[in-house]
Amino acid sequence: MATTKHILVALVEDKPGVLNRMASLFRRRGFNIESIAVGHSEMPNMSRMTFVINGPATVVEQVRKQLDKVVETVKVSDITGDNVITRELAFIKVKANSANRSELIQIVDIFRANIVDVAPDSVIIEATGDEDKINSLFNLVRGFGIKEISRTGRIAMTRGGAGPLPVMKKPPKTQAKGQKKATK
Amino acid sequence: MKMTGAQIICESLVKEGVEVIFGILGGALLPLYDALPHYPQLRHILVRHEQGAAHAADGYARATGKVGVCFATSGPGATNLVTGIANAHLDSAPMVAITGQVARPFIGKDAFQEVDITGITLPITKHNYLAMDADSLPGIMKEAFYLAGTGRPGPVLIDLPRDVQQESAEFNYPNKVDLPQYKPTLQGHPAQIKKAAKLIGESQRPLIIAGRGVIISKAYTELKELVEKAQIPVVTTLLGTSCFPESHALSYGMLGMHGMAYANMAVDAADLIIAIGMRFDDRATAKVSAFAPHANIIHIDIDPAEIGKNVRVDVPIVGDVKAVLGELNKLADKSEHINWVRKLDEWRKEHPSLIIRDGESLLPQYVVRQIYEVTKGEAIIVTGVGQHQMWAAQYYWYDKPNTFISSGGLGTMGFGLPAAMGAKVGCPDKTVWCIDGDGSLQMTIQELATIAQEKIGVKIAVLRNTYLGMVRQWQELFYGKRYVATPLSSPDFVKISEAYGIPALRVERREEVSPAIQKAMAEPGAFLIDFIVEPEENVYPMVPPGAALAEVLEEPRKEAKAVKDSAKLPVSNI
Repeated sequence: MATTKHILVALVEDKPGVLNRMASLFRRRGFNIESIAVGHSEMPNMSRMTFVINGPATVVEQVRKQLDKVVETVKVSDITGDNVITRELAFIKVKANSANRSELIQIVDIFRANIVDVAPDSVIIEATGDEDKINSLFNLVRGFGIKEISRTGRIAMTRGGAGPLPVMKKPPKTQAKGQKKATK
Repeated sequence: MKMTGAQIICESLVKEGVEVIFGILGGALLPLYDALPHYPQLRHILVRHEQGAAHAADGYARATGKVGVCFATSGPGATNLVTGIANAHLDSAPMVAITGQVARPFIGKDAFQEVDITGITLPITKHNYLAMDADSLPGIMKEAFYLAGTGRPGPVLIDLPRDVQQESAEFNYPNKVDLPQYKPTLQGHPAQIKKAAKLIGESQRPLIIAGRGVIISKAYTELKELVEKAQIPVVTTLLGTSCFPESHALSYGMLGMHGMAYANMAVDAADLIIAIGMRFDDRATAKVSAFAPHANIIHIDIDPAEIGKNVRVDVPIVGDVKAVLGELNKLADKSEHINWVRKLDEWRKEHPSLIIRDGESLLPQYVVRQIYEVTKGEAIIVTGVGQHQMWAAQYYWYDKPNTFISSGGLGTMGFGLPAAMGAKVGCPDKTVWCIDGDGSLQMTIQELATIAQEKIGVKIAVLRNTYLGMVRQWQELFYGKRYVATPLSSPDFVKISEAYGIPALRVERREEVSPAIQKAMAEPGAFLIDFIVEPEENVYPMVPPGAALAEVLEEPRKEAKAVKDSAKLPVSNI
C-alpha cells in the first residue's frame, strides 16, 4: 500500500495517560510517529496534539477513528492536504569563532532566524518555519560544524475561519461522536 | 458523609445495583475485602484463578445484560485477569474489573506485587483508571459503570492503591456522569436509513447478517419484523447465534469458517448484505477480498470505528441496532423474494451441512443434539473454544434469544466453565449447560471447586476426544496429518469431578447419552458428564484458511445423513 504523510490534529482533555493512549494506537499498527507536539489549547483543561505520521490512507483513517474513541478525545481530524500552515521550532548549536561568526549571522538573517546565545566557540540559532525551511538552514550551516540540534514536533492549523475544530468557549456538552464522519 | 475508600467502592457497587462479584483477594485488596461483610447485598464468589473471575463476570454480563464485576489483587492477581479482560473487550461484554495496587508511596518502585496494570490493559479495555485519591472514587465508579454498559459495551478497569482504600473522603454518589466527550450515537442518521430502505426495496437477493449487536441491544423483535416484512433471509455470526430463531423459515444458520454451506453460498450470491451489529471478523468473512462480491453493503453498528474497517461499506448507519431497525422498519416496504428464498432452500437441500452419521460410534454432534432434545432448546449453552464450540453452535437449535454464550473474538480456551458459572449465577432459574472439550476444560478446571463451594448448578458436558481437536483437524487437513503436540492424555474427569464434590458420569455409547443428560437435569446441583467421543471427528463444513466463503469443504463421508435441515419446526415466538 502506498504510504503518504498525514497530519492529525486532536483536541483532548488534559489528563494523565492520554498521550500514552493515543500513542499506543499508532504503536499497535507499527506506525512510526514522525513528530508529535502537545500543548494547551484555547480552552482550559484541553490540549491540542499534532501528530505527523507516514502510512497508507485507509489505515490512517482507521487509526483516526480509534483515536476518536479514546474517552478523553473531543475530536481528531486528518488535516492533510487541507489549506494548512505547519511550523516547527529548532535550536541549532553551531561552531563559530570571531573569524566566521559574521558570515553565520548573515545566513541567520536571510532565514529570519535569531541567534539566542553566543559563546567563544559556538552560537545557538533559533529558527521557526516549516520543515523545508529548517532543513535548508540546517544544510547551509552544516559546513560550520553542528554541535547539537533540537527540533520540536510540527504544529499545524488550517487557514481561515473554517478550521477542523470549532473554537469553543467551554467543553462541548453534546458532541455527537462519529455520526458526522460516518455519514459523510 | 465521610467514608473510607473501601466503603466508597462498596457503596458505589450497591448504587449500581451490583449483586455479585467474582474475585480473589490479596494483600493490596485487604481493606476492600474487610469492608465487604458490611454489604451483605454484595455476594462475593471466591474463584480459584483470576482468569476465572473475569470470565465469570463476562458470562454473567452476557447472560443478564448487566455489567459484570470482578476483583483481583495487585501484581499476579491483576495480570491473571488480563486474558479475561481481553476476551470481554473483543466480544464487547460490559465489565468492571477492580484491581488492588501497592500503596501510593510504593508505586513505580518495583514494590512487592506491583505491576503497571493500567499500562498493561490500555489496549484491551474500553477505558481504565488509576485512582490516586479517595475523593475521586465516586466519580470514577459512576463513569466506569456508565462506560462499560453504554455504547459499544466493554471492560473498564480501576486500579486501586491500598492506601486509597484506607483514606477517608466524602461520599456523594453522582447522579450523572461528567463525560462531555463521550456520547455514543444511538439514533441512526435519517438520510442513511432512508437510503438503506431504498436499497432494500431495490434488491433482488438481500441477505441479513446478524451479529451480537442484536443481542446486546435486545433488538430481537425489530429484527424479526424487518425479516418478515421484507422477506429477507438471515444468517448469523458465531456470536450472533440465538439472536434470531433458527427454526424460522428464513433462518439459514451461521456463516463463516464453520458456517452452513448454504449460508456461505448465500453471502456469495447476494446482491445486498444488511450487516447488523457485527464487525466482519475474518472468521465470518473468510477471504475478505472475495467477500460478497456481488453485493452492496449496509452496515449498522454503534461503533463508528467498525465502519469500513474490514470491508467496504455502501451505506453505513452508526447507531444502536434496536433504534435503527425501529426506524428502518417504518420505511422498508413490504416485499417478497420468492425466487431468492427458493434458491436458498434448494441449496439447503443440496448441501446439507449438519450431518450425524449412523452407526455405533459416539459422535460429538450426536451428544450436542441430544442435549438439545432433552433441554427442548430451553437451556443457555456456554462453550469453551475448539471443535466442541463449533458443534455446540451448529447442532443445538437456538430458538430462544441470548441462549448461546461463547468466546468469539479472542477464542479463549478455558472460557466455558467459568463463564457458565457466571451465567448460572446471573440466571439461577435457567438451565445452563457448559459444553466443553477436554483440552479447553483443563485450562480452567479448578473452577469446579468454586462451583462446588458456591453450589452453582451448572451442567457440564465434556466432549472428550483426547486431542486439542481443532488444531488436530488443521494438522490433518493442512499439515499432512502430523499430529505435533495435539494428543492429550486427559484425566478421568469423573473422578476429578467427584473429588471436587460434583457428581459425574461417564458415557461411551449412544444409547447412554439421553439418559445421562436426563439424570444430569434431574440433579438439583452441578453435574458433569464425561462423553468419550470419536477422537478424530472433524468439524464440517469448513472454509479453509485463506479461501473464500464460496470455497467451502463439506463433510466428505459417503454414509452421511442429514438431520437438522430436512425438517422444520414451527416458528417460535420470541
